[in-house]
Amino acid sequence: MAEEIKAHITGVVFQVTTKPGDTVAAGDPVIVLESMKMEIPVEAPRAGSVKEIRVREGQTVQEGETVALLE
Amino acid sequence: MLRTVLVANRGEIARRIIRGCRARGLASVAVYSEADRDAPHVTDADRAVAIGPAPARESYLDIGRLIGAARESGADAVHPGYGFLSENWRFAAACAEAGLTFIGPSPEAIRAMGDKTEARRRMAAAGVPIVPGSPEPVANAAAAERFAANVGYPVILKAAAGGGGIGMAKAATASELAPAWATATRRAQAAFGRADVYVERYVEQGRHIEVQVFGDAKGTVVHMHERECSIQRRHQKLVEESPAPHLAPAIKRGLTEAAVAGARAIGYVNAGTLEFLVDAQGFYFLEMNTRLQVEHPVTEQVTGLDLVVAQLDVAAGQPLPWSQDAIVQHGAAIEVRVYAEDPARNFLPSPGTVSRLSLPHGDGLRLESGVVEGSVVSVHYDPLLFKLIATGADRPEALARLAGALDACVVEGVKTTLPLLRCIVGHPEFRRGAVHTQMVEQGAFNG
Repeated sequence: MAEEIKAHITGVVFQVTTKPGDTVAAGDPVIVLESMKMEIPVEAPRAGSVKEIRVREGQTVQEGETVALLE
Repeated sequence: MLRTVLVANRGEIARRIIRGCRARGLASVAVYSEADRDAPHVTDADRAVAIGPAPARESYLDIGRLIGAARESGADAVHPGYGFLSENWRFAAACAEAGLTFIGPSPEAIRAMGDKTEARRRMAAAGVPIVPGSPEPVANAAAAERFAANVGYPVILKAAAGGGGIGMAKAATASELAPAWATATRRAQAAFGRADVYVERYVEQGRHIEVQVFGDAKGTVVHMHERECSIQRRHQKLVEESPAPHLAPAIKRGLTEAAVAGARAIGYVNAGTLEFLVDAQGFYFLEMNTRLQVEHPVTEQVTGLDLVVAQLDVAAGQPLPWSQDAIVQHGAAIEVRVYAEDPARNFLPSPGTVSRLSLPHGDGLRLESGVVEGSVVSVHYDPLLFKLIATGADRPEALARLAGALDACVVEGVKTTLPLLRCIVGHPEFRRGAVHTQMVEQGAFNG
């Protein structure tokens, strides 16, 4: 069952630090958002493998929006 | 003689500069990104020029577009404000090349102070005490370890091209040094495009005190006394005041003399600030900001001088109108910065629309705001909403006015630092003037 990783703040995607198939540990950054001159990682809530990245660099995401799927 | 000033900035500082231009009878030109079409600074200025899309890299940080806007509007001078391109020597040089007066120091001074290891060397040569550390960037973790063993732990690794508290990593012991070196170089590369880092002894429980300096083209340099700026989060200031409470006269004299000597040694022209760390052992130069500071109003409040007007006059080639003896502190002034950040969630940014804004007015209160009711606080820029400055005949009076004013502030639609600021201003340690740089992060004001 895939789990949605959601942005916890509104921001612009600064960096996509993972790609589909990557293994991540709980707390690893999946993407990094930039908001008001701060870089804020969106972290994997648990260990797993990245199934899908739903955003691209430079895109604005809203708080609560799904940025990636974790398997 | 200047006639028209292009203000290469946004928010509260753009409005402040436009006001200064008006006081001198100069025309002002605002610039704005697509996100700022309806921003207050656009309405304030005599003219406004669009400079591109919302991301700062494509608008407020784009030298070519700003020079183009100056040409298009017939401006003969450019004020950079703070942040954005204010400490970019290439921008100052591009202005000069385009025949525009840059309202600030020379590109050479900006460049020398922008390289933090060069700044340390130049200041040490001028007799200014610096934090013990490596005179040059360190080549690798082993070299960092040798310097650290020499100056003693804890140490902090800082980006040579850095400043503003960005890209720093602390090591409490030798075992933490290699990971700290890796972190600092990675951050330095990402933020400044240059991985060079240097080592400094980490000053614990120090106070951050800075000195405002001002130079003119004739070589006169004066200081305008000190500002206490120890209350910070993420190495960014939240509260500033002048005079600094309980500052020993000998230290104060040492700081101001060192600041003037340092500025004189680099032939500094226009407004600048030398930042120092002060601890029980003495004081040490940290860095120089070659621009107007966010917290300049507290200096204006206690000296009665207008720093922006003085910047315009000095840029126009006039000598400084005051002798050192005539610059005196009267009373006390305290500034707080209200940011669109959530102090309850570790200062996470809180963009959104300011749905309600009610701000106090009254004796001894000064407000510098970049927003009005209905303003959209964008993810693209610094989260500063407004600054509130309270002035009194003495510190208790300024504090009482500030506490009352903070209670009266109403901001809805975005989270702000107001609850934390109210807590700080009411806190016994702060009221006693017993402050140091780690208080916010150590949780002194929680609960």
